[in-house]
Amino acid sequence: MDFILLSILKTAIAAPVLLGTLAYLVWIERKVLAHVQLRMGPSRVGPHGLLQPIADAIKLLTKEDFIPSYVNHVYYWLAPWLALMFAVTAISVLPVGPIVEIFGVKTNMGQADISIGLLLILGLTGMGVYGIALAGWSSNNKYSLLGGLRSSAQMISYELPMALAIASPLLIVNSLNLREIVNGQAGHVFGIIPNWNAIGGLQIFSFIIYLICAFAETNRIPFDLPEAENELVSGYNTEYSSMKFAAFFMAEYANIITACSVATTLFLGGWHPIIPNELGGQFIPTLICFFFAGVLFYHALNPARPSDRLSMGVIGAIILGLGLLFQVPVVKELAQPLFWFASKAGFLIFVFIWVRGTVPRFRYDQLMRFAWLVLFPAALLNLLLTAFVVAAKSN
Amino acid sequence: MDVILFTFFALVAIVGAVSLVLQKHPISSALSLVSVMVALAVLFLLLGAEFIAAAQLVVYSGAIMVLFVFVIMLLNAGAERESRKGGLAQFLGLPLTAILLVFASYVITQSMSNAKAVKFGAFTGGGPREVGWELFTRYLLPFEVTSILILIAIAGAVVLARKEID
Repeated sequence: MDFILLSILKTAIAAPVLLGTLAYLVWIERKVLAHVQLRMGPSRVGPHGLLQPIADAIKLLTKEDFIPSYVNHVYYWLAPWLALMFAVTAISVLPVGPIVEIFGVKTNMGQADISIGLLLILGLTGMGVYGIALAGWSSNNKYSLLGGLRSSAQMISYELPMALAIASPLLIVNSLNLREIVNGQAGHVFGIIPNWNAIGGLQIFSFIIYLICAFAETNRIPFDLPEAENELVSGYNTEYSSMKFAAFFMAEYANIITACSVATTLFLGGWHPIIPNELGGQFIPTLICFFFAGVLFYHALNPARPSDRLSMGVIGAIILGLGLLFQVPVVKELAQPLFWFASKAGFLIFVFIWVRGTVPRFRYDQLMRFAWLVLFPAALLNLLLTAFVVAAKSN
Repeated sequence: MDVILFTFFALVAIVGAVSLVLQKHPISSALSLVSVMVALAVLFLLLGAEFIAAAQLVVYSGAIMVLFVFVIMLLNAGAERESRKGGLAQFLGLPLTAILLVFASYVITQSMSNAKAVKFGAFTGGGPREVGWELFTRYLLPFEVTSILILIAIAGAVVLARKEID
């Protein structure tokens, strides 16, 4: 099939999925946070608050777009879309599955398969800081400016240990192409321990360093100083409302998805299963779905609320069907890699939310000291050791 | 397609470079420079030097220019005021620039008279592996000397900054 047509088709599938995930990530985050803090979370709009993202979207779209008179108009308009653009385009090079053949068409599961994929992601996410910095500066407000300043200083500082942490698995895999990086982690050590960089490749330290830096790069708690509410009102986005505010919000979540997907690709073996397929790894997605379906059916039979009898039953049936789908011959080739990639990235996103519910915010000097005096030397040492090991192995 | 892309991004680079000089506000100038860097990265990519393109994006527009913007924001530099109209420079500036450009292009075409037109995508030696190999074999000495130079510069910056604090 024509390359351009195929690319458009893939984008037509990927873009709605990404935007839907972005919207529902907010719902998931609010629910998980609520349960961490022993609350219910959103529960009014739709069953279990499931329609909350749609209500939020309508609210943000119809809200008055108030622009203060003292802002620098050009950059004030530019900033949110700059942030969103770079956050969303970075996802385009991530492969979510192997090269598959559908109806005789051979294609990779992912938008673009380029030789410098990882560097491109680093470059694009690095560009994202302009959105935040410009927003802070053009708002002409001291809180916003402080937020923008903090953000750019933080991004520059944490990009260094992050790049060093990324470099050590690259030494093992010996490629910058994301597909080759994942394929380099295929198989299992002793037939059972997955040969992922974080486990079989013994890169657990660089994995942890990468994750910590990812928290800082995406401005998440405990490193969310650019928008620290109790000091800076809301930081760089204080003066923004309506869709421009939503653009920043979506950019933040898109960055989280990118960071978690990159971590999955680099350290957790991408779409490769945790247990080899010969030992029954291909049945795990189905078993997990059956387990959740069972839990839901149990709650449907013993309803806590009258409405649960219907809603839990229907969702349980859907998940049961999904579980069976993982064993259908043609769908299997697509669904299984997708399941493994999504579950690993999803677990990391859950960790992001989990940390937000547990760890308090750093002080600004602590943040900087931590980056330069702890993370940077640790990442450097890790890279050095990895280099020695790789050199010793290749001789 | 290649020619269209080349023309577009070359124009972006030139417009950005001119706007860098003409803009009154330092932030606008810095952002013009960013657009030049990004356009240059795309031009490198068109020539098949994908590693240089990525390095351009990561290092120049992603790190160095962020630092520029950071410093401008930190100092809260306002738009520059126009000083007295430089009498002679106003009239001679453009013609002299044109003469310089003509002279430079003449020298370049003369010194590289056997150069052929660029074929987009024909060059394949721009990957990270090839660049790394060249750096650590043929250009090892310049590479190491540069790294020592940068180390001295870092040490110098620390020493100077410390003096200021005392």
